[in-house]
Amino acid sequence: MSTFVDDDTRVVVQGITGGEGNFHAGQMIEYGTNVVAGAVPGKGGQEAAGVPVYDTVSEAVDAENADASVIFVPPAFAADAIFEALDTDLDLAVAITEGIPTQDMATVNKRLSEVDTGLIGPNCPGIITPGEAKLGILPGNIFSEGNVGLVSRSGTLTYQVVDNLTERGLGQSTAIGIGGDPIIGTSFIDALGAFEADADTDAVVMCGEIGGEDEEQAARFIGEQMDTPVAGFIAGRTAPPGKRMGHAGAIVSGSGTGTARSKIDALNDAGVPVGDTPEEVADHVEGFL
Amino acid sequence: MKLHEHQAKTLFADAGIPVPDSRLATTVDEALDAVDEIGYPAAIKAQVHVGGRGKAGGITIATDREEAARDAEEILGMDLKGYTVGTVLVEEGVDFVDELYVGVTMDRGEGRPVLMVSTEGGVDIEAVAAENPDAIAREHVDPAFGLHPYQARKVVYEAGVDADVALDVASILSTLYDLYEANDASEIEVNPVMITSERDVVAADAVMNIDEDALFRQSELADLAEESYEDDLERKAAEYGFDYVRLSGNVGIIGNGAGLVMTTLDLVDHYGGTPANFLDVGGGAKAERIAQALDMVFSDPNVDSVVFNIFGGITRGDEVAKGINGALADFEEIPKPVVVRLAGTNAEEGMAILDTDLIRVERTLEAAVQRAVKNAEEVVQ
Repeated sequence: MSTFVDDDTRVVVQGITGGEGNFHAGQMIEYGTNVVAGAVPGKGGQEAAGVPVYDTVSEAVDAENADASVIFVPPAFAADAIFEALDTDLDLAVAITEGIPTQDMATVNKRLSEVDTGLIGPNCPGIITPGEAKLGILPGNIFSEGNVGLVSRSGTLTYQVVDNLTERGLGQSTAIGIGGDPIIGTSFIDALGAFEADADTDAVVMCGEIGGEDEEQAARFIGEQMDTPVAGFIAGRTAPPGKRMGHAGAIVSGSGTGTARSKIDALNDAGVPVGDTPEEVADHVEGFL
Repeated sequence: MKLHEHQAKTLFADAGIPVPDSRLATTVDEALDAVDEIGYPAAIKAQVHVGGRGKAGGITIATDREEAARDAEEILGMDLKGYTVGTVLVEEGVDFVDELYVGVTMDRGEGRPVLMVSTEGGVDIEAVAAENPDAIAREHVDPAFGLHPYQARKVVYEAGVDADVALDVASILSTLYDLYEANDASEIEVNPVMITSERDVVAADAVMNIDEDALFRQSELADLAEESYEDDLERKAAEYGFDYVRLSGNVGIIGNGAGLVMTTLDLVDHYGGTPANFLDVGGGAKAERIAQALDMVFSDPNVDSVVFNIFGGITRGDEVAKGINGALADFEEIPKPVVVRLAGTNAEEGMAILDTDLIRVERTLEAAVQRAVKNAEEVVQ
């Protein structure tokens, strides 16, 4: 699927001179991603991970025709980095950073509604189209090319499900980690809509978790607007109310909204089977194909 | 991060929001000194992070010294939904004729803050929201502009607050929004705002939660967090920098990545066990981190068995295995049975070098969880 990224995507890495940014820029290049530049204030003119570094994203766009960005910038500066990407008219920004204050993301969210640039994340592993490109930190070697689309709020849970799929010879068209924060750029519905429109995706796995109502809204979308079969998984059935389960967004409210039960019921009502284990999710996908 | 009522009220008072006169007390004698100064009636309120304190018996009104002594005696040291009450807030009783609900929170679906006002205050607002959503007036705030003062007035009038106090309530709401922004709150609720017979407006309760991701720029609040841990293991987890939640079961759980750790908890439940905790060690595989995680679960007296579920992504399985072996070497004995499951990159190489004299290795998530549940059952028997 090339709705979000493919091997033509020209990537600038914001924060490429930091430990994480540098390591993962190298990993992305090794996977075959077309990383063309880095952007780090004050580091213009240097080279990192084998690509030229510019002081600003707009210089990287002018000099290297970058059209997407991957952001590895510490939480205190990450919202600023996302604004820079959004204001530079890229097609896509992928924010890996975990721990951005929610109020910062509210202002980002406002800007996002005014620009054409898409945002995946933050607090996400990124996106991969196996065999073509990965933007983010997903381990490329566990993925295989195929026709199953994946969308998930969580990184390692995605890897777990991919592992279960790959073991059965079920490859993936694209996997998108949308992130575990309360306010994120790309929603389940955005990703599901892209999979529905994608000729290379014949089945979809959606991994949700407790907190918010995105899964319930996605369930309605699936019921009303999707023909592609979807299998679901919801993490956090045993989470107590009022406790943040790792992800900033993974919290059941005191009154019991955002529970796993409510999400599972909504998905079942939309005809989506929900696995009790990751293995059962793979069973459902196998049944679809 | 939740602030205690008294901490939030201090912030309120400093910002000019009227709150009842109050003192903190940790002993019955201190509580009696406090009521002697404040007078009667006086409210005695448990300072623990538990919703519905009143219903659970954590709030009483004393009308004389004898009652105050009895109430303080009863509440101090009481177990409130699993938390032991160490401190009470002794507060002047407010002679109220009406109660309102006022709050500011982040509307996740909208991605922007929302003000909420209801004339059905003093009761469980979530129940009001469920049964009679129209009883709560809402006004969204554009975070790029901040709150326009008219918005606070609009939502207060819309809620049907009495005209003679409406502007005072709107003023409190505006100040709450300022506090919400300035302190990186995720939620502020005053339930109830009391209207007295003299038509004064008083914030009688205070719920204030702070966005943990913003504590790096809220150093004074981060210091308050130190005081607010009520559980030694949660305090320890904060020192180690782990995402940790303590639960009531007996299967200790360590894993990497929030979604996968939650899934491991769910599977423990699915296979008939009860999870003792959520512990996310995050990325990387340093022996020191793994030793700290094991120390956490080993030092929880409720834990009878441990499952360690790691999906190696960028961090290779053999590096993780070396980390686990190194961590195990730090312990003279392994006090509780540990099951390890490694998957992902170089998982085979990792499993080959794990020290199986000390731990048991399972190949799948399902098998590892089932084994850990069985281990826990055997210990209990």
